[in-house]
Amino acid sequence: MNLFLAMLPTIMTAATPLLLAAVGELVVERSGVLNLGVEGMMIIGAVTAFAGAQATGSPYAGMVCGILAGAAFSLLFGFLTLTLVANQVATGLSLTILGLGLSGMIGDSFVGTPGIQMGALPIPGLAEIPVVGPILFSHDLIFYLSILLVIAVHWFLFRTRTGLELRSIGDNHDSAHALGMGVIRVRYLAVMFGGACAGLAGAQLSLVYTPQWTENMTAGRGWIALALVVFASWRPVWVLVGAYLFGAVSIGQFNAQAFGFGIPSQFLSSMPYLATVVVLVLISRNRRLTLMNTPACLGKPFVPDR
Amino acid sequence: MASSSSTGDAALLSTEGLTKSFGSFKACDGIDLSIAGGEIHALLGENGAGKSTLVKMLFGVLEPSAGAIRWRGDPVAIRSPAAARRTGIGMVFQHFSLFEALTVAENIALSLDDAVPIERIAKEAARLSREYGLPLDPNAHVADLSVGERQRIEIVRTLLQKPELIILDEPTSVLTPQEADRLFETLEQLRGEGRAILYISHRLEEVRRICDRATVLRHGKVTGACDPRRETVGSLAGMMVGGEVEGIADSGLSPGEAVLVETRALSVPAQTPFSISLEDVTLAVRSGEILAIAGVAGNGQSELFDVLSGETLVADAAAVRIDGRDAGRLSISARRLLGAGFVPEERNGHGAVGSLALSQNVMLSRHASDSRAYLAGGPVRMLKEGSVRETARRIVAAMDVRKSGEDPQASSLSGGNLQKFIVGRELDRKPRVLVVNQPTWGVDAGAAARIRQALIERAREGAAVLVISQDLDEIFEIATRIAVISGGRLSKAEPSATMTRERIGRLMGGIQGVDEGTELADAS
Repeated sequence: MNLFLAMLPTIMTAATPLLLAAVGELVVERSGVLNLGVEGMMIIGAVTAFAGAQATGSPYAGMVCGILAGAAFSLLFGFLTLTLVANQVATGLSLTILGLGLSGMIGDSFVGTPGIQMGALPIPGLAEIPVVGPILFSHDLIFYLSILLVIAVHWFLFRTRTGLELRSIGDNHDSAHALGMGVIRVRYLAVMFGGACAGLAGAQLSLVYTPQWTENMTAGRGWIALALVVFASWRPVWVLVGAYLFGAVSIGQFNAQAFGFGIPSQFLSSMPYLATVVVLVLISRNRRLTLMNTPACLGKPFVPDR
Repeated sequence: MASSSSTGDAALLSTEGLTKSFGSFKACDGIDLSIAGGEIHALLGENGAGKSTLVKMLFGVLEPSAGAIRWRGDPVAIRSPAAARRTGIGMVFQHFSLFEALTVAENIALSLDDAVPIERIAKEAARLSREYGLPLDPNAHVADLSVGERQRIEIVRTLLQKPELIILDEPTSVLTPQEADRLFETLEQLRGEGRAILYISHRLEEVRRICDRATVLRHGKVTGACDPRRETVGSLAGMMVGGEVEGIADSGLSPGEAVLVETRALSVPAQTPFSISLEDVTLAVRSGEILAIAGVAGNGQSELFDVLSGETLVADAAAVRIDGRDAGRLSISARRLLGAGFVPEERNGHGAVGSLALSQNVMLSRHASDSRAYLAGGPVRMLKEGSVRETARRIVAAMDVRKSGEDPQASSLSGGNLQKFIVGRELDRKPRVLVVNQPTWGVDAGAAARIRQALIERAREGAAVLVISQDLDEIFEIATRIAVISGGRLSKAEPSATMTRERIGRLMGGIQGVDEGTELADAS
């Protein structure tokens, strides 16, 4: 139990980038757009945040740079798929490849440079509560943002008129258009929100998780985030569960490897993936609920007849 | 609220020379139309006559290429559906613009311009639905509702905006006769309030019954304006098609003894939340007869078709029998090898691939059943292009398919011609069993007559023909026996000579639906 409590802060830090990227992508997909470029937007966010922090000396300025870069990079995807109606799958994949290459080029001179870490911001009062305080309320800003974002996205999607419009556009863009909603405009905003979240996730990696720049440092987290969205049946709260589960098993298996139980390390390394997939498949076993939450227009191009 | 005094000559909405071109094709060509308050105005025309294009322009979905729209005499530009609603125009679409994953109240909220809290909308919707006799549960998910209930949502959400002109696009094509009667009462109530209704339909009986004036379109032009109550169905049809519709020769079929396709106590659970489960479906079609299955869309027709064609396999192989053999677990190709042919409801993407040439579409349904004729080279399975093209030519000639070019893409054909080709593709094999789902859905009158004639001829040659259709006129025209599907259950087939429309209507609603109807009548 003590070991688990000791691991908890690390688990949270490991889960945060997945959570951020997945919640952003969830909003994008709820609007009916499939952006497979999460990995690319994330790594662009990571390198820009690192560069921004180096240039200004402030990790917070770096974080803002990461968010803006992610959003700007997603705009490229938006322009290609929404305005020029290019294939979303192909464009998303190219975005990832472009992001990985571009970030390697931009970050070439940063390799080996010591990074600037974003420090913890204990919340006065709450952080002093025994046991719970250090675990929940003594984190960095990005962690707090990630939790707030899940709550905000849930509230936005299911409690506000704009959220209802966004869901309806993902469900049936032709009907939404016929009702006079700006399908393309809403999708642009959703895509940019997704880009900003992926950028923030990348910033967390290069400013909090491992404060340095290494090429390909996202290491497939963008893809995990994409899978989380699907397995969570496009529900923000279940994305949170999935991200934390993945984080917990990843950290847990590191410790297990250290203890050396005689289990092949390759098997342990695959545990986070296996465990997450198994649990989320069980969650999404209710076919009715899944189909009700699946955006019916996901990935379909929209061309208004005018 | 609507001004009730404008029932006179003053037009509420009028158009002058309204035109919409797509490239060089004019879908609407110089249309003059005028609608007054307090009238139900019919817009008549065949599929492709330009009705939908016209109303899309009136509702701001399409931009006119030329011409003017006037509202109470003043020129207006209707740039979006929102603008149309602000002007006072509401529309109930043929293909509902509903969101299946959302609730009734959410769907209604979305069509209102102001951000009103959901609870208030639910209340207001409940009040309106009571007032106009359109019962609705605001918290139900649309995916769980019947087509008739979905239409009520569309109507209620249109009424919430207090429109002075309501456009209804083919409103009864999805309703049972009883549901349609209820709709007509609502429409008369609205007319009594001084609102104008533009009623689009190709059901002439209905138009004669409830409409005060009619405008007829053909090939994008106005070809007639009349008082439908003074016309006959024949004269209205003449205006629509521009000539007499070719009648069908009397079917006069004499069924044989052999049962060629049957299901026995067939039960299949629903495959998705949006589909219907089949319960205890028993049917038998004998050689030389046409069994027609009537029913309102979404009552298990597609599910039944999928089970018969082999797109859905059933656990009990003996529950589906084709030509005396257990077929419930046979693949589509295996069933075709037993001598069956299938024509699905959707011609685009299901019955044919639009981007492929007609000859290539021949191969889609016949690659296995006629492999000797079309494939060479043993395991290499090379296409014999010559004989495939020859077959395509034969089908085109047999079914009078109008096309441009020698072997054009399927998507270049009009709906009616493509449907003729798809039906012809199956008939060309001379199948002993033919199962057709909605053979003339969205097809012009000429093509529909040709297809029905071909189905009758096939039955006369000894085949068992099973037709699933929503079109009662069609069913009475061709069927030897009629059964009705409702909520996944199939009624016992009865000879069409003794079947009446009223009886079919009652069977369509199911026993439950009838009870609901009387309850409401009592309440109001």
